[in-house]
Amino acid sequence: MTKIKKGIPLIDQHDKNGFWGKFGGNFIPETLKKPVEDLTILFEKLRKDKKFLQERDYYFKNWVGAPTPFVKLENLTAHLGGAQIWTKVVSEANGGAHKIYNATVHSLIAKRAGKKYIVGDTGAGYAGKMLSMAAKKFGLKCKIFMGAKDIKRQKPNCDAMRKNGAEIVPVYTGSQTLVDAVSECMRYWVSNCLTTSMCVGSTVGPNIFVKICGWSTSQISRELMLQIKEEFGEIPKKLKLINCVGGGSSSFGFWNEFMHYKKKQVEFIGVEAGGPKKSKRHAAPLTYGSKIGILHGAAQYVNQNTDGQIEETESISAGLDYPGVSPLHCFLKDVKRARYTAATDEEALKAYQLVTEYENLNPSLEPSHAFAEAIKIAPQLSSDTIIIVNSCGDAQKDRDILKQRLGK
Amino acid sequence: MTISPISLAFEKSRKEKRPALLTYTVAGDNTKKKSLEILNSISNYADICEIGFPHNTPIADGGQIQTSSYRAIKNGIKMIDVFQIVKKFKKNKNAKPIILMGYYNMIYQYGENKFLKKCKEVGVNGLIVVDLPWPDNMHFAKKCKKNLITFVQLLSPTTSRSRAQKIVKNSHDMIYYISMLSTTGGKLKVSPREILKNYNKIKKMIKSKSKNLIIGFGITSKNISSFKTSDGCVVGSEICKKISESIKKRQNPVINVGNMVKKLRRKL
Repeated sequence: MTKIKKGIPLIDQHDKNGFWGKFGGNFIPETLKKPVEDLTILFEKLRKDKKFLQERDYYFKNWVGAPTPFVKLENLTAHLGGAQIWTKVVSEANGGAHKIYNATVHSLIAKRAGKKYIVGDTGAGYAGKMLSMAAKKFGLKCKIFMGAKDIKRQKPNCDAMRKNGAEIVPVYTGSQTLVDAVSECMRYWVSNCLTTSMCVGSTVGPNIFVKICGWSTSQISRELMLQIKEEFGEIPKKLKLINCVGGGSSSFGFWNEFMHYKKKQVEFIGVEAGGPKKSKRHAAPLTYGSKIGILHGAAQYVNQNTDGQIEETESISAGLDYPGVSPLHCFLKDVKRARYTAATDEEALKAYQLVTEYENLNPSLEPSHAFAEAIKIAPQLSSDTIIIVNSCGDAQKDRDILKQRLGK
Repeated sequence: MTISPISLAFEKSRKEKRPALLTYTVAGDNTKKKSLEILNSISNYADICEIGFPHNTPIADGGQIQTSSYRAIKNGIKMIDVFQIVKKFKKNKNAKPIILMGYYNMIYQYGENKFLKKCKEVGVNGLIVVDLPWPDNMHFAKKCKKNLITFVQLLSPTTSRSRAQKIVKNSHDMIYYISMLSTTGGKLKVSPREILKNYNKIKKMIKSKSKNLIIGFGITSKNISSFKTSDGCVVGSEICKKISESIKKRQNPVINVGNMVKKLRRKL
């Protein structure tokens, strides 16, 4: 059985074909072989380039706003009893979500590659919004592919993208959500790979895109590691890091620096989207034991029928509404380093209500799934257990849905 | 060694001093029955028939083939039906070699060995797997060869010379050259002259006479005659488009597509 190796970042623990255990790889058309190889060579060079790292850190600090706050949710903790609930308010980052890290890094790489255009996919609209911001900041022309259904339900983010000068390309095929947006974006890149960079919005896609995204979002756990040590003097004996999982970019970034701690000390809990209460069309391939398949260039657990057609998903949260999941998370599940569970739409909404009632925090529907799990387990745990939830997105984009479902 | 039906088709067209005509249609478009009838009518003029087994997240197909694929899936096409269509088509005495084309996940779910066994049983002659590039496909390509099925390697304008040489070396009796950087059915954004220049570079790498190099992507009745010097040309999206138009106009796609392929053949 495959194990996590010590002393090597998890993103580098793949074989020469790009697989983490059974997951990942490069299932791509021949035309993309060369651009993917070029990007791989450039990224491997840049991540060792001190000037590039300085540049990244400069923009993370002065433009994204690092570090994002790490605070205790005193009222929620008191209300629930049991474990202490803390949160890392990643939504305080410029733009309002963790997607800014990957967008910034891809834009910086695109500049180094001499590309003038950058394209990306988006579900909740955060990946698109951040890419449009970064593209504007670094002088790149930007196109965002987005499912027509998502354009309707995440209007505030669409407005932001347009304001940043990006073109939104609506995708009408299939379920008209993230899965189709990623496909269309890849198709666009096949036709325009010589002039255009592609930013895959999460830790999904061909191997190199998983790596770049994971490398970028790991900023979250680098900050958290320091903040925890400052707050507690050491890493607590019982620490639980809870994060929602759609594609898996925020959760991977939230966990990465803690990878080599024992599970007993630092537990990773990933919360997938269970969809509406009685629906079978969940977006939780890890929780409900989906089979391995190929989606968007990588082998992963994915919702599909026996023929291998990818199944449509249903979730109140556009950011988690994806039938597959990062190969990194599939690997973490198989080596049992992380535990995965799901929260339903209703549970996420309830969690949102409770958190906003007790705290001055406005988590979007994605992290509300993570809060649902924290709320569920906290009362049964001892008060020396530290739960940290990654509040990775702001609910401003969800205002229409929240108004409709909760009347506020 | 026996010569494969695919090689025989190329030999025949070479004798007639023209490129082979390859067509692409999606199995089950617009129904299982109609797609078989379409194949039968094409078979009078085409040399090799490519049949797509449709997938719902196609990362390399343009609008026309996507439309055909979604239509077929919506009408209930399953992998098992695709094999049935091939089996029935092969009973036609005028049947041509069949190449199945699609995405790897469907083969993976079926099981590589079971898939190849079924291919052999129903008479599939070749396979194109869009998202299984070299060298990741070496193992599967070997299995194909063992089963006397041609695994078609793809080359594109982005393929480097050294990579192309390795791919050519590892290829079977048919190699597919992608004309330009595009999904299927894109408008020809490079001149046929430029495409043929690249094509000829690869052609020169091929030492064996039994390896045939075909061109696809963006080839239509308007430009096909510019590619007369190639070993073979594939027309796909234009045919899928014809099927879509026929349905829209409530005309019989079987007759319309048959006529179209007849004209394509005349241009070669």
